[in-house]
Amino acid sequence: MIPNLERSASLGGATAEANADSAVVAFENASVAFGQREIWSGANFKLTGGEFVGLIGPNGTGKTTLLRVLLGQVPLATGRVKVLGGPPGRGNPAIGYVPQRRSLAADLAVRGYDLVLLGLVGHKWGFGPASAAERRAVADALESVGASAYADQPVGLLSGGEQQRLLIAQALLTNPKLLLLDEPLASLDLKSQHEIVHLVETIRVERQMAVILVAHDLNPLLEMLDGIVFILNGKVVAGTLDEVVRSDLLSQLYETHVHVHVTSDGHRFVVGA
Amino acid sequence: MPHDPFSGPTWDVLQDLREIFAYGFMQNAFMAGTIVAIMGGAIGYFVVLRRLAFATEALSHGGFAGATGAVLVHQDVFLGLLAFTSFAGILMGLLGDKLRGRDVAIGATLAFSLALGSLFLTVSTKLAGEAVNILFGNILAISPSDVRFVIFFACVSLLAVGVMYRPLLFASLDPEIAEARGLPVRGLGVAFMLLLGFAVATAVQVVGVLLIFALLILPAATAQQLSARPAHAIGYAVLIGVMCVWLGLVIGFYLPYPPSFFITTLTFLSYLVTRQLGPGRVARGRPLATSGLLVAGSNDAVRL
Repeated sequence: MIPNLERSASLGGATAEANADSAVVAFENASVAFGQREIWSGANFKLTGGEFVGLIGPNGTGKTTLLRVLLGQVPLATGRVKVLGGPPGRGNPAIGYVPQRRSLAADLAVRGYDLVLLGLVGHKWGFGPASAAERRAVADALESVGASAYADQPVGLLSGGEQQRLLIAQALLTNPKLLLLDEPLASLDLKSQHEIVHLVETIRVERQMAVILVAHDLNPLLEMLDGIVFILNGKVVAGTLDEVVRSDLLSQLYETHVHVHVTSDGHRFVVGA
Repeated sequence: MPHDPFSGPTWDVLQDLREIFAYGFMQNAFMAGTIVAIMGGAIGYFVVLRRLAFATEALSHGGFAGATGAVLVHQDVFLGLLAFTSFAGILMGLLGDKLRGRDVAIGATLAFSLALGSLFLTVSTKLAGEAVNILFGNILAISPSDVRFVIFFACVSLLAVGVMYRPLLFASLDPEIAEARGLPVRGLGVAFMLLLGFAVATAVQVVGVLLIFALLILPAATAQQLSARPAHAIGYAVLIGVMCVWLGLVIGFYLPYPPSFFITTLTFLSYLVTRQLGPGRVARGRPLATSGLLVAGSNDAVRL
């Protein structure tokens, strides 16, 4: 019924039998607990590289916690996890991360450019002007997210979508193999949501990164995703779209009637979730 | 007949400066005031960025208990102040995120510290004159040994901020990403609060515990209205701080009122002017074009 509670799911589809060492992300029977309270369990999935995966679930189910496991900030209670062939560790430059935020303070009087630049030089002690190579890398990253035009303005004055683009640019500076985006669509209008999803898809293809994007609504992402990871009722359920986006399964997971509607041109959207 | 400097300036700038610097206490005041203003601009930039204005105020007021306590037990006022603000700073730094939004708890500690100071005041008889100096500053009465302390601790703070600059900026702007990138965000926070303790203790020598805002926050807050580039903003903050201290000292030399009043007035005015006319008003929804002033006219003023 639920596809992968017992077996490991590979979300890319094509290269299903990659071993855990070459996988970008590999969870095996993983669970996380804070003290006595289990947050989620049963995480069993692999990303082999280049996938676009949605991490979906209601608020407070531990989606951010899953990202923090990958960042080496939260240990597993049981099971195993490998990130880019090794155990998760702090400060891995091969992982780009855009945390969830309530948007930057409106009076934050620092240019977007400087915020992005810190993604490259922020871990270096001391001070000094950016080198020509660093400036070029920042300009490239800004260009690839389409933020060059407003990078000179204080970030506090920018819209939510513009701020998201800057933060994505910052995350791209270290040429990550894995990009983690925590609720990048929250508090964006529909048009900006659409733009950010398409931007992430374009960058993913260009740079051959795996992307895990956290969202609580599946619909803005459905056309783009290769795989989905649900966290519902303390269980992590992963699969390809065909495996997971089904009315019967989603209704069971959400414990309410959910209908997956398929349009005449093959697009899916989820109603009632 | 030689000119009596206390009858007023000659308006011959060189002559006036010669007269001012003929006094040892003015030399001391300028030395201490300048280094504190430089440090205040740099540290203050991060104070504003990290939203620690109220915590700074609390540290400073808390220092009153430390300073009066030191007099009570026959210790140096500056060292008593420094011990208190450093200790309280580290404590606040360790509490870190738990301090966010705890205005009432901070305020309660602040009130208690002041109350403690007032108790020490009544217990000790020789504190009465000292108390006003601690509260409102008396840079003209600063002793040469205190000048050395002030210069030492201000330089240590400046040097440390220089070393931590990029990681501290990263951790201040975006602690979550900085942490994910492996930076010791918590350690940086504690270290910064210790430096803030040093900065408060030294700045109190110039403007007193009650007027700490004048040197540690206002120049930096003003500078953030002028430039959105961190390095430039820090430069402006230092410049504004130093200018206000120098001008305040000169005015205070000729008028029978304390320099801390003039220094605070000048930093307050510069804040008011940029707040009203500077690019900052854009953030509050009014168009820049009508203000008629793009501050400094430089290309790093906020562009729109």
